[in-house]
Amino acid sequence: MKQVVFWGTRGSLPVSLTHRDIREKIIAALTAANGKSFKTRLALEDFVDKLPFTVAGTFGGNSSCVEIVADRDSHFICDMGSGARPLGQAKIARFGIPHPQTYQIFISHLHWDHLMGFPYFAPMYIPGNRIVIHGCHADLERAVRLQMQSPCFPVDYAQAGAKIEFDIMTPDEAHYISGINVTPKRQMHAGDSYGYRFESVDRTVVYSTDSEHRLDDPAEHDAISHFFRKADLVIFDAMYSLAEAVSVKADWGHSSNIVAVELCQAAAAKRLALFHHEPVHDDQQLARMVAETRRLEQITRGSRAPLEILSAYDGLTIDL
Amino acid sequence: MMNLPTREQAGVLIVSVSGRIDHTASEEFTNSLEPLLDRCVQGEPPVLLDFAGVDYISSAGLRVLMMASRRAKAQQGIFAIAALQPLVQEVFAISRFNLIVPCYVSVDTACKVLGA
Repeated sequence: MKQVVFWGTRGSLPVSLTHRDIREKIIAALTAANGKSFKTRLALEDFVDKLPFTVAGTFGGNSSCVEIVADRDSHFICDMGSGARPLGQAKIARFGIPHPQTYQIFISHLHWDHLMGFPYFAPMYIPGNRIVIHGCHADLERAVRLQMQSPCFPVDYAQAGAKIEFDIMTPDEAHYISGINVTPKRQMHAGDSYGYRFESVDRTVVYSTDSEHRLDDPAEHDAISHFFRKADLVIFDAMYSLAEAVSVKADWGHSSNIVAVELCQAAAAKRLALFHHEPVHDDQQLARMVAETRRLEQITRGSRAPLEILSAYDGLTIDL
Repeated sequence: MMNLPTREQAGVLIVSVSGRIDHTASEEFTNSLEPLLDRCVQGEPPVLLDFAGVDYISSAGLRVLMMASRRAKAQQGIFAIAALQPLVQEVFAISRFNLIVPCYVSVDTACKVLGA
């Protein structure tokens, strides 16, 4: 495994910046420029690159879709949220129609925000492509077909040009798929969700979203930290603050940045990506959350090796 | 059981908590708080946890505080925390627990507000 590309990082529902958000970013950038003139585009780009991420960028609004760039030909994808649309377009742009591809797609669970991008995933309409949809829910195929039926969607599932297969996986068992060992784990979420541990010869990535954690259950803490053990990257549902997750939003099936740090520290993981961002949080709030999470890691680190922390955003590519 | 010495000051029941309240200690912390929470009802002295001796608290420990606060509220009792060490105070702020449980800078300040 070489890289991870985040195509959709938002939880529950896709969101978009409003004209007011854009206006505030332009005002902040012009304020920072303070009348400066730029003779070349390069100078302008250099200035923009030095602006805070909340001014020059955005975390984005597509729902869950993450690509793991593997060493072999197959494309590994976690979830089919609305981020699957730009992912599919990028694949078509890169490989074109005449070069059939194989897509290994792993579905955490069947809630709409994790499936809604599939009808817009262009490779599914291209004959010659092969799409294998893996998951642990017995009704995985029914859920995928359901959203492509009248009156929900104008194109019926039968119109798919690609060869689509379904693979029901067994939790807690390693499945060897195109050079990678993939182990699913059941997680606490309405109707169950499944995290996936991807292991190649020299790299480990864990995708764990839509998962609530029982803080009063040491056995669960140990089981999850074992699932994360020594991972190069853990992609973690940090939708709420801990206070929300254990009070007003208890049993909503999501976790927090605090629990993310604790589990990754216990697991001796190397890198943590905060993921499945709360739709009501703006760029400022998400930037504050990652800064606070880094501080938490720093003050609770003790003698452990540092845990690198980032907040995933749409379009982020990280090398493993 | 976790040792939680108590004393009374200005009509407030002060409970001294110390050490690390992590995942392994949280169950003991729950059990030790239980009899004190039984007394945290309307008309009885407020229960104030003196956190001066606590140098770490994990999410599991914070959850115990949330459950204690919730129970006290249901019983119309008063439950609060005081004298958090700076790093523990940061954990409270990052987790937003400072919005859930009333926190005072010192025991004396808390007693002035909560005391009879």
